[in-house]
Amino acid sequence: MSSVPWFAPRVALSLKRTRVLTIASFLLPLLIWSAVSYLPFLWHPKVKIVEPGDVSYFKVDMLVDREVFDKETGKMEETGKLLPDGEPANPIYLPAPHEVAKAFVTSFTTEPRRRSEKWLHESLWHSITIIFWGFTLSSLIGVPLGVLCGTYAAVSRLNEPFVEFFRYLPAPAFGALAVAILGIHDGPKIAIIFIGTFFQQVLVISNTTRKLDIALLEAALTLGAKRLQLLFKVVIPGIIPDLYRDLRILLGWAWTYLIVAELIGTSSGITWFITQQARYKNFDNVFAAIMMIGIIGLLSDMILAKIGKHIFPWEKAANKA
Amino acid sequence: MTKIELPSYLEQSDEVKQRFDEIKQREVILEVKDLQKIFSTPKGDVTALKNINFKAHRREFVCVIGASGCGKSTLIRILAGLESASSGQVLLDGKPVSGPGPDRGMVFQGYTLFPWLTVKKNVMFGLRSQGMSYATAESEALQWIDLVGLEKFADAYPDQLSGGMKQRVAIARALANKPRILLMDEPYGALDAQTRCKMQSYLLQIWHNIDITVLFITHDLDEAIYLADRILVLKSHPGEVEEVIEVPVPRPRDVEQFITPEFLATRKRIDELIHPPSTEDDDDKLNMIRLTRVGDEVEP
Repeated sequence: MSSVPWFAPRVALSLKRTRVLTIASFLLPLLIWSAVSYLPFLWHPKVKIVEPGDVSYFKVDMLVDREVFDKETGKMEETGKLLPDGEPANPIYLPAPHEVAKAFVTSFTTEPRRRSEKWLHESLWHSITIIFWGFTLSSLIGVPLGVLCGTYAAVSRLNEPFVEFFRYLPAPAFGALAVAILGIHDGPKIAIIFIGTFFQQVLVISNTTRKLDIALLEAALTLGAKRLQLLFKVVIPGIIPDLYRDLRILLGWAWTYLIVAELIGTSSGITWFITQQARYKNFDNVFAAIMMIGIIGLLSDMILAKIGKHIFPWEKAANKA
Repeated sequence: MTKIELPSYLEQSDEVKQRFDEIKQREVILEVKDLQKIFSTPKGDVTALKNINFKAHRREFVCVIGASGCGKSTLIRILAGLESASSGQVLLDGKPVSGPGPDRGMVFQGYTLFPWLTVKKNVMFGLRSQGMSYATAESEALQWIDLVGLEKFADAYPDQLSGGMKQRVAIARALANKPRILLMDEPYGALDAQTRCKMQSYLLQIWHNIDITVLFITHDLDEAIYLADRILVLKSHPGEVEEVIEVPVPRPRDVEQFITPEFLATRKRIDELIHPPSTEDDDDKLNMIRLTRVGDEVEP
């Protein structure tokens, strides 16, 4: 066991090591964050005032730069007035882990400030529906088109040059246009997710389709398969596990367009929550919300991976052999 | 070492002669007429196949042998309809073929089983493609799987099988369509020597038991002689039929015949055809590596 080196090119890790490293990959950043937050000698460029002394503008709980604090203390010392007192602190935009953890819970349980505003879970749900519709609409057209492009050279020539051009156009650039056409609510947001996903999707899936071993098509031909049978009985089943993997990756890309999409028209969803909280300087809530996006993304991908293992039994067979 | 005097490969025992006479009387399944294949490359046209003419009779086992690059794979792909000839004709039962079809079963070197289908469904593929009902196709497929001895693996996926087993499934899959001829493109090239030997015997058994004509491509001399009635020896650049050899080894074949005089004589002849006596440049190549063994005198 111990003779196996940790670093051997392309050698699979033991189950135990895999687990240790998986946990460590989350634990390490958390440790660094904790160290910066809880060890006063690490970073802490600010001073939190505990006792203002005779400095006229210092107030309890005020955050000032360390140089300012030192300068004012020096001044008070010279004039013999009451010295201010403070403790090292981090800027407001870096809350400590426990504060974020608390915010994670309280942001769900805190009532919105105004009645017209939404609860956090409502904002999150709204974001998820935007992603869902944008991604689903894109896939409904993009997947069949990609498969056709990868199968038939004629379809590929007709589509791919334009798609190739269009995918360089940044999706957010269509924001104003989308609002003009689709109004200020969910329409333009879904459109941005769609534009951001669709063109990549066509290219990625057509490439995946082209990777199908041509010998399988030839075998099918010699067995008497014809036209559409080749598409439905060979091409599609042949690529579907890879296609599923592609969709998982593309879904991740769709999430990256979410923030931009939600800023278009009337700000909504998780993005609205984040910008709103940042405005109130509740950075613990901001961090909590960003993490929620990460957790939702990771969880949904893990669920999809699990489902994938069940719907493609021959893949499992290949791994066992 | 004493040299053993071999008989001529053209000498046939009465039994073998009779068999060939009988084969030649049977109907012609596959006929190739003046087949030519020219590939256009940026450097100009390359003739891959030239003046190919031959016939395969019913239940005959024909091997095509040649050095790598002689165009034997191109030939079988044209017969299968996966590539088109530049000129000439391929006739199946007297009718010209164009494009691939289930009347010519093909077994590829790379197995080409559908990984998403179980063994049974792989074998059913051709039958279902031609519109046979699921139940009939299933029962027929199971019979073919039985024939290749894989009944225990009917519900396994191809990736769970060994190379030899995969190739047996591929044969069952091709035969299930009841083709007029079975085309095999170096089917055992990827197998280890022991499995290959076993597979050759299997194939002879299957061929013996059913009414099928086989055209088998290989570069392995022993394989060709062991399996074939007739061997087409292809010459390279351009690929032309250099000689058609009637294998004088009697049937049923057995691995023990590998050392019989007929076998060795045939082998010697094909070897000469494929690897012609060395021309001057062969020696030059050898000079590039000079081996000195311990005890050998080193030239100054």
